[in-house]
Amino acid sequence: MSVKVEELVREEHPMEKLLRMDRIPHIWCPTCGLGTTVTALAAALEQLELDLDNVAVVSGIGCTGRVAGYMKLDSFHTTHGRAIPFALGLHIARPDLKVIVFSGDGDLISIGGNHLIHTARRNVDLTVICVNNFIYAMTGGQVAPTTPITARSATSPYGNYEHPFNLPLLAASSGAVYVARWTALHVRRLTTAIKEAITKPGFSFVEVIAPCSTLYARLNKLGSGLDLMKFYHDNSVIRHGADLKEVDIDYQSKIAVGKFIDIEKPTYIDCMNEGGKRAFGDKYKPYGGGNGGN
Amino acid sequence: MKADPKNVLTGSHYLDGNYACAEGAIAAGCKFFGGYPITPSTEIAERVSQRFPLLGGVFIQMEDELASMASILGSSWGGVKSMSCTSGPGFSLMMENFGLGIMLETPCVLVNVQRGGPSTGLPTLPGQADMMQARWGSHGDYEVIALAPDSPQESFELVIHAFNLSEKYRMPVLVMTDECVGHMTEKVVIPPAEEIELLERKYTDKKPGEALPFEPTSDGVSPMIPIGKGHKFHITGLTHDYRGYPVINAETQEKNVRRLIDKVNMHADEIIWLEEKDVEDAEVVIMAYGISSRVIQPAVAKARKEGIKIGQIKMVTVWPFPEKRVRELAGKVKSLIMVEMNYGQVFLEMDRCAAGKCRTYLVGHAGGTVHNAVDVYNTIKEAVK
Amino acid sequence: MEYWRTPLDIDKLKIPRGELHIIKERCKGCGFCVEYCPKGVLKLSEEFNSKGYHPPEAINPDECVNCDLCEMLCPDFAIYCVRIEADEKEVAN
Repeated sequence: MSVKVEELVREEHPMEKLLRMDRIPHIWCPTCGLGTTVTALAAALEQLELDLDNVAVVSGIGCTGRVAGYMKLDSFHTTHGRAIPFALGLHIARPDLKVIVFSGDGDLISIGGNHLIHTARRNVDLTVICVNNFIYAMTGGQVAPTTPITARSATSPYGNYEHPFNLPLLAASSGAVYVARWTALHVRRLTTAIKEAITKPGFSFVEVIAPCSTLYARLNKLGSGLDLMKFYHDNSVIRHGADLKEVDIDYQSKIAVGKFIDIEKPTYIDCMNEGGKRAFGDKYKPYGGGNGGN
Repeated sequence: MKADPKNVLTGSHYLDGNYACAEGAIAAGCKFFGGYPITPSTEIAERVSQRFPLLGGVFIQMEDELASMASILGSSWGGVKSMSCTSGPGFSLMMENFGLGIMLETPCVLVNVQRGGPSTGLPTLPGQADMMQARWGSHGDYEVIALAPDSPQESFELVIHAFNLSEKYRMPVLVMTDECVGHMTEKVVIPPAEEIELLERKYTDKKPGEALPFEPTSDGVSPMIPIGKGHKFHITGLTHDYRGYPVINAETQEKNVRRLIDKVNMHADEIIWLEEKDVEDAEVVIMAYGISSRVIQPAVAKARKEGIKIGQIKMVTVWPFPEKRVRELAGKVKSLIMVEMNYGQVFLEMDRCAAGKCRTYLVGHAGGTVHNAVDVYNTIKEAVK
Repeated sequence: MEYWRTPLDIDKLKIPRGELHIIKERCKGCGFCVEYCPKGVLKLSEEFNSKGYHPPEAINPDECVNCDLCEMLCPDFAIYCVRIEADEKEVAN
């Protein structure tokens, strides 16, 4: 067998203008779904024709936390769990920017869970993309607040016995105005959902079920990331507007996907301005950014 | 640049130290405050929340101190002067993102109105036992700047100074006050806006593609890189190179940490602010900071009246520690005394710098009340022997 | 392909044609593109790239209809399609 080593091809991939090519190849494992979710975000940004100077990405820690480092945008890789409050500060200072939080389930739901529910409650105009691979991947496959019951992980070696969170229900009941769930296989629908989430004023939450091949699939003997993609193909059920109490995910169960919530509600800054007017009448100037709207 | 008159409550006021901190922040042009209630610091947040709506600022009561600290870093990167306040337990929680602020070299101000600890400790009574936490509270190697006001007037002034230092050296700056100063009500004279000098943030003048978030400069401080201007920069709490990209190796770690340390050490003489009195001919020098520097006054006055050659140093900045000055004095005096409401934190630094060249004394206790002048006086008598 | 209902404008419709670009050195051999190409254009090749993965190769490149699904699914930004309008065939054929 002959091994042919080619020079790196210089052709330009259409996503290159949105990626930090000096950092590619990325650190993610073969058959990991994260790269696909990044493509969905990049495609969404491109299709929205946003001025990319005005888009910022904030990530926490973990495999998904590395997304900020690969997007060619003003991008912030913060501490574990604190992407949302960091993004909140950024948004309040510069409400003219689109601030997107892109992080994983461990980061956003476990250590950052309190920030998620409170920022959703305040309806801060952020887009949160939560990649759920059911496990702490970066640290070697430990149990997560999303790990389905009976699934094995490095710290639930005999099978998980804790109830996992139902993320769409959590986000919606905390006050999110847009909630959707897709898998990494549903790239086009995911792109549409991200577009809608970015456009939506207020707190939007998109859960993306993505394969973790090296840990979740391996520890549970589920094959490769490709096998998980096939599983999503066979077991995803599109249920737009579903009763969120029914969209929890059991081990290797059907996965309800779709757009679950899309409602109108004044954002944090709208409410602040309303409160200011209520208290001070015409003396109050609507907030237009931390430096007087520049 | 001068302060904006809209933000400055020029005149004489009767304010407590916490309100004075808030007025200092507002005068300095702070427009974002992420806070969480905790005794004895809460009045700062309350005052800011009252004053901000008509000044175009945003006060937001975050869900916890972790979020408060993270939010002010975000808003600072959004180009807005930002601040938070807290006390012991909250300070512990903030240490995580204080470290991020150090690593991302983010200008912002954090006020710790110290109470007695450890843990929940003495919520309503003073302490000065967070000084080493201020210095080393977040993991890893770095340098900090910490100021310690002794009065409401100084609280006002030092918060403005802290904002200026944070912009100048591109880092979070700590104001380590305490329950006594925070809740002490005194006359505070707020000068006209044109007498308040503010340092504005230095932004890179390079074009997108050329500017680096942590560009090496001769003074060790990189200009900030503005968001939303097409720079498409990346910053990370991971060990990073000048581009802000994570590089996980010993060489980059060395450069990264050296930059954090050097930028303070290189400017230590400029940053360190001591108020010395009668030190020139002193046989004994008594050092203190914050409220303790006022509490020692009766004892020092009595000692001087008795002919004891005692000098005093009020440390307006505690960190970086005035190492050079203490070493110099240690060769000249019989003893150095440190008065602080803890069992020897800044004392350890003084003792280290004295390096056995003079005797060192600590007047310390666990907090909950200020020092008894008698204890201070007795130590002076002992130290002068 | 046979149509069970013929579009009224079938004479104006054209089957898009795509030209595949595979950046072999970036590929980690996950097989997503091979599995989900609706026209079965790709297969994992026998060759290795320098990281030791088998990148895909186009076994019947003329079948590519520029649907972009391989490009969207590829987690490594290693494959993309470019539309070639000149080569488009009439649907009616």
